[in-house]
Amino acid sequence: MIIGLSITRDIHDWLYGAMPEWAASLTEMVLIALVYLGIFAVAGLFLVLLERRIAAWFQQRLGPNRVGFQGLLQTMADALKLLSKELTGTTKADTFLYNLAPYFVIISSLMALSVFPFTREFQAFDINIGLFFLIAVSSIGVIGILLGGWGSNNKYALIGAMRSGVQTISYELSVGLSLLTMVLLTGTLQLSQIVEVQKSGWLIVQGHIPAIVAFMIFMISGTAETNRAPFDMVEAESELGAGFHTEYSGMKFAYFFLAEFINMFIICAIATTVFFGAWLSPFGITESIPLLGVFWFLLKTLMLVFLMMWFRWTFPRLRIDQLLTLEWKYLLPMNLVNIVIMAVMVWLNLTIKF
Amino acid sequence: MSYFSEIYNGVITLLKGMSVTGKYFLNSRKGAITQQYPDNRDTLKMFERFRGEVIMPHDEKNEHTCTGCQKCEIACPNGSIEIVWDRGIDEYSGKKKKKIDKFVYHLSLCTMCGLCIDVCPTDAIKWGQNFENSVYDRTQLTRVLNRPGSKLRAGVED
Repeated sequence: MIIGLSITRDIHDWLYGAMPEWAASLTEMVLIALVYLGIFAVAGLFLVLLERRIAAWFQQRLGPNRVGFQGLLQTMADALKLLSKELTGTTKADTFLYNLAPYFVIISSLMALSVFPFTREFQAFDINIGLFFLIAVSSIGVIGILLGGWGSNNKYALIGAMRSGVQTISYELSVGLSLLTMVLLTGTLQLSQIVEVQKSGWLIVQGHIPAIVAFMIFMISGTAETNRAPFDMVEAESELGAGFHTEYSGMKFAYFFLAEFINMFIICAIATTVFFGAWLSPFGITESIPLLGVFWFLLKTLMLVFLMMWFRWTFPRLRIDQLLTLEWKYLLPMNLVNIVIMAVMVWLNLTIKF
Repeated sequence: MSYFSEIYNGVITLLKGMSVTGKYFLNSRKGAITQQYPDNRDTLKMFERFRGEVIMPHDEKNEHTCTGCQKCEIACPNGSIEIVWDRGIDEYSGKKKKKIDKFVYHLSLCTMCGLCIDVCPTDAIKWGQNFENSVYDRTQLTRVLNRPGSKLRAGVED
């Protein structure tokens, strides 16, 4: 029994009935873009608030709880404040690149957001190379950071940007390889197909030991990819001021800030899709109500987001050489061995399936 | 083999750290140390060693223990204490004796170093716990610590 998300199809049919084809598809694109921009803004603001509250609880504080119920409007107020602020710049900055940088960061995270299967048929762009697209697009963001650091003509910003480049190039490898391990299991890169495969058990159960190892590697390198603590040398407050966004103010700073949190959401959403069955409910308890898939997807993603916040408020920051040692001497060899183990396992049919 | 034991030890120590912060997280509801200040003004109690301002305790008979020795005035590095003193007949011994007229304390000059309190031989002055010291006129920060009509407690100088 499939009720399906017929709302989207209804809107689609109605649009194509009311307008010529080109106008209908154009309107549809604009509508979808607006929806995803909305998701971007709301999710970003919500995650900032969540981070602040959870940080407070980890440190036995209360956190922002004054604006709105339990501080729910706090980040909204912050965004309004940032909107009303002056956009400063340095005189010797490369103005074009300086202004371009935040949009690179934002657009890359928006593009990555578009391919996630939030629930059945609720996916803007079901491309057949989904995972590859995700890995490729999410690494464009670092260009924004590099441009921002270079364009602002500031020592700290440049050092921060260079560190970000080093870090992302190194850890991109681990992200890709750990996802590749799971692709061996699914046999497809298309995200909707990956979800289909997981109807006979989530991949972390199907692939047991190598899958768990791959998940751990993915979470570590994902944390490094998003430049969050303990890998936050890009904006290490005690060393570099604010890192690559030292010279940014007002809304441009807010773009960087929001994109950072959306990137965290994206990494966790990839982990949810690939390891924890995306919108599938545990043991298929709500299979007949596809709309609840959104709930399950967000629940799993937020659990992983919580895990990343837990990392952040527990571990001290790594030094740059320790960071590179971790990647090249530990994660990468482990990952390669893990891929071989997974391949052998798939070949001998040792996976667990229900 | 130290390669693998390093990985093992690393994972174990990371998990230990996470369990510590995890416990803090789970107990955060009960043990938040944040004081929601203007709301809990009635129940807020500052801790014992807090240095808010210098006060001179008086007992119920309006007597203090300041003999007017001026040690605090000498000890004060920035002159926030001024003692206006006088000589009068001591009612117990009948002799002429030094006694304080006004103990003037400039809160606006005080750095809360505590030297006056350390040096006081009779414990006449102490730390008060009040910290709400903002006023609209700075003359209000100059205070006379001994209350009007107060006198030295008998037997302090013996």
